[in-house]
Amino acid sequence: MSSNVRVSTTVNGEPAEFLCEPRESLLECLRDKLNLTGAKEGCNDGNCGACTVEMDGRIVTSCLVLGVEAQGASIGTVEGLARGSALHPLQTAFLEQAALQCGICTPGFLVAAKALLDHEPDPSEDRIRFWLATTLGRCTGYDKIIRAVQQAAREMREVKA
Amino acid sequence: MSQPAYSVIGTRPIRHDGADKVTGRALYGADFQMAGLLHGFVLRSPHAHARIKSIDTSRAEAYPGVKAVVTAADLPESSDRMVDIGEGETPLSYVRGNVLARGKALYRGHAVAAVAAASLHVAEEAARLIEVEYEPLPCVLTAPEAMLPGAPLLHEDLHTHELGEKTSTASNVSEHFRHVMGDSEAGFAEAEVIVEREFSTSTVHQGYIEPQNATALWNNDGRVLVWCSTQGSFVVRDATACVLDIPVSRVKVTPMEIGGGFGGKIPVYLEPVAALLSKKTGRPVKIVMTRKDVLEGTGPTPGSFLRVKMGAKKDGRIVAAQAYLAFEAGAYPGAMVGPAGMCVFASYDIANQTIHGYDVVVNKPSTAAYRAPGAPNAAFATESVVDELAEKLGIDPIELRLMNAAKEGTRRADGPKYRRIGCVEVLEAMKNSEHYRSPLGGPNRGRGVAIGFWFNVGLPSSCTISINADGTANLVEGSTDIGGTRTSIAMQAAEVLGIPVDRVNPTVADTDSVGFTAVTGGSRVTFATGIAAYEAAQDVVRQMRERAAKLWSVDPDTVEVDRGQYKQNGHSMSFADLAARIGETGGPVVGRAAVNPKGVGGSFAGVVVDVEVDPETGKTTILRFTSVQDAGKAIHPAYVEGQMQGGSVQGIGWALNEEYWMSKDGAMMNSSLLDYRMPTSLDLPMIDTIIVEVPNPGHPFGVRGVGEANIVPPTPAIANAVSHATGVRMTRLPMNPPAVMAAIWSKG
Ligand code: FES
Repeated sequence: MSSNVRVSTTVNGEPAEFLCEPRESLLECLRDKLNLTGAKEGCNDGNCGACTVEMDGRIVTSCLVLGVEAQGASIGTVEGLARGSALHPLQTAFLEQAALQCGICTPGFLVAAKALLDHEPDPSEDRIRFWLATTLGRCTGYDKIIRAVQQAAREMREVKA
Repeated sequence: MSQPAYSVIGTRPIRHDGADKVTGRALYGADFQMAGLLHGFVLRSPHAHARIKSIDTSRAEAYPGVKAVVTAADLPESSDRMVDIGEGETPLSYVRGNVLARGKALYRGHAVAAVAAASLHVAEEAARLIEVEYEPLPCVLTAPEAMLPGAPLLHEDLHTHELGEKTSTASNVSEHFRHVMGDSEAGFAEAEVIVEREFSTSTVHQGYIEPQNATALWNNDGRVLVWCSTQGSFVVRDATACVLDIPVSRVKVTPMEIGGGFGGKIPVYLEPVAALLSKKTGRPVKIVMTRKDVLEGTGPTPGSFLRVKMGAKKDGRIVAAQAYLAFEAGAYPGAMVGPAGMCVFASYDIANQTIHGYDVVVNKPSTAAYRAPGAPNAAFATESVVDELAEKLGIDPIELRLMNAAKEGTRRADGPKYRRIGCVEVLEAMKNSEHYRSPLGGPNRGRGVAIGFWFNVGLPSSCTISINADGTANLVEGSTDIGGTRTSIAMQAAEVLGIPVDRVNPTVADTDSVGFTAVTGGSRVTFATGIAAYEAAQDVVRQMRERAAKLWSVDPDTVEVDRGQYKQNGHSMSFADLAARIGETGGPVVGRAAVNPKGVGGSFAGVVVDVEVDPETGKTTILRFTSVQDAGKAIHPAYVEGQMQGGSVQGIGWALNEEYWMSKDGAMMNSSLLDYRMPTSLDLPMIDTIIVEVPNPGHPFGVRGVGEANIVPPTPAIANAVSHATGVRMTRLPMNPPAVMAAIWSKG
């Protein structure tokens, strides 16, 4: 057994600290130490995308990042999407388009889609499909997820314009 | 038939649990936390078939941080008692044996022992120190091999049920059944065109994104408290009680949010194990499966071997049909070949039929339900043969199906006569769709169609509705919500109460707090729990009329109710105004209902699909896909579309990629989500939907249940499309690139 390491990081804009074993993943640290259980474990090998979080502006599967790597980094999770009581346009669009059924894949899709729209405000359907292929969903057939991202992109562009 | 005008039914409100599910706040089973929580890890057999000669847990027990180790020796001794937990009668010894292997490991991934420790990593390290002495035995992996005389036997005491009679032959065939109607041989003698083919389908997994999980606390008062993600909290309660041999009243199950199930989260795997570990430690124990555990240790759907023969007259009338269905149950009997036998010719009115079904055990994980279990396998064969008949007869494939379509009054070979069904309406909608009328265009392309049936189930549900003074209603029900059913149930109550659906607050309760409710499965929740909510709301309305009558000093029978407005001879009050006065008119108003509805309505679904096959690589691309389904009445059309789209895409994965790729010695070679390849967003086009509504007379709003039939037609429709694109009949699933290339090369 290894001894714990202290990690100072920023999560959803707030400073956060935790102790972890060097072998523990960022996903374990978020869920078990910071009680941010929005990121889910579906496979623990980077293939399902349910644990997707933003790390220094890029999306990562947090099961493949070690907790200690979060030292000094800035992490964004699904819990940080809403601004106070106002949902993010993607969250609203997912609800309006019925883009979730069981909802276990939803946090991963939301975080991934936000990263896309932050950089590309007007992605084509193909581009959305390509980008979101990092995340698996099994309930929806993706149709309504794609439509929700398109709706959010439209609304976010209108707000900016 | 003119549709009644509804205020809530047929609208698309935002789901009640929506905010929690888009903010990451919704708590799924693995998110459960509790003071003193220990983590469990399950050790699994590395052999597909082996005698367990001994298990030495001493090194694991001595490992620092380990709190307890359990094996099958910690479970009660098994008898041959039969138990009914979720999906019909099963010997208790099988249920227990699958939870922790006793005597023999029957598949690779079979749970053998489990460890609880303060951390998951420690539990896993310790589990690796358990010394299990195995004597590997020859394994058998497919139904045809397992049925051969002299095949290695999984259960020495398993005797074939041969056409209802128990025989004395020890065999891997647990059951052989037969359905006969008319005289199929005479029918074939009369037929002018006959097609007969053999088909096979691989084992595939439901592929829910959330692995199985369970937390249990064997409390100091003797009660066993369970928190888990399940399709049926009462199933978990009953199964856990059976496996542990304690009364059901000692188990309380609190359902957490569930991340997909599709039938796979009906059986129990972890709950009794976590409970045993908790009993030994006095602390709550959580176990969460890894993805490998999910693929190797939980029930996938059966692989199958099928032979279907159908004969028609030149005018297109199908006069005879025969089916031979051999399904792989996995380690314990129960391959869902029964439903396959019910569904194999269910879309057609055929006078002469013979259907043989075989339930065969093999050294693979014990299979579980997967969306319309058995029906997609069966339809793959039948709908391919019907397509070939259409080709030979020179009749449009939808026309041929329409000419022979099952209708009200048609009898199935397994007995039942249809009440009002929507087979013809679904076929008409396919035929009239913009998709089917559009040109296909381009080389290497093919269009395929198919239809499929699922009978749906009723089963018990319970519901209570209590009225708040602010004019809202709290609705408590017992169906775990996998896809928005809180809302589809609340909508039915709201319609009856005459209030907006956001004034109904639905809760899925634990097993202490709501009456018995069967599994979320069989497409039953919006139908059966919907009826429970409807009845409970009617009970509320009856009481509210009495309250109004009391205020107005009139006879309750003279109070009329119209969309939440209570009226009598000049008096009028809204539901909300009346609710504000329930205190002074007699106190709380609580409506209740417990139902076991019999008026279940089967659902038909159809697919039109266009594909393009790359002749260089054999890769199939879905160009366009239309799913058509009879919903009876779509309570929440967006959720109906979602079910159709989800079932369609699972069908696409089943058709083109997904399979358990087994080594000769029974190891799954692709037990990760990289190699067990489910469709991603990039693999697909939009999935178009057409909802057909042929109301089910057995439900007050006409609901049929839409969760399952939609997965039945995709595999044959795609096979037909690929066959037309390549000019070769595709008879095996999956039709992955190597299989398609082999087919193309076989043309020479
Ligand atoms: S909604 Fe169930 S996996 Fe995405």
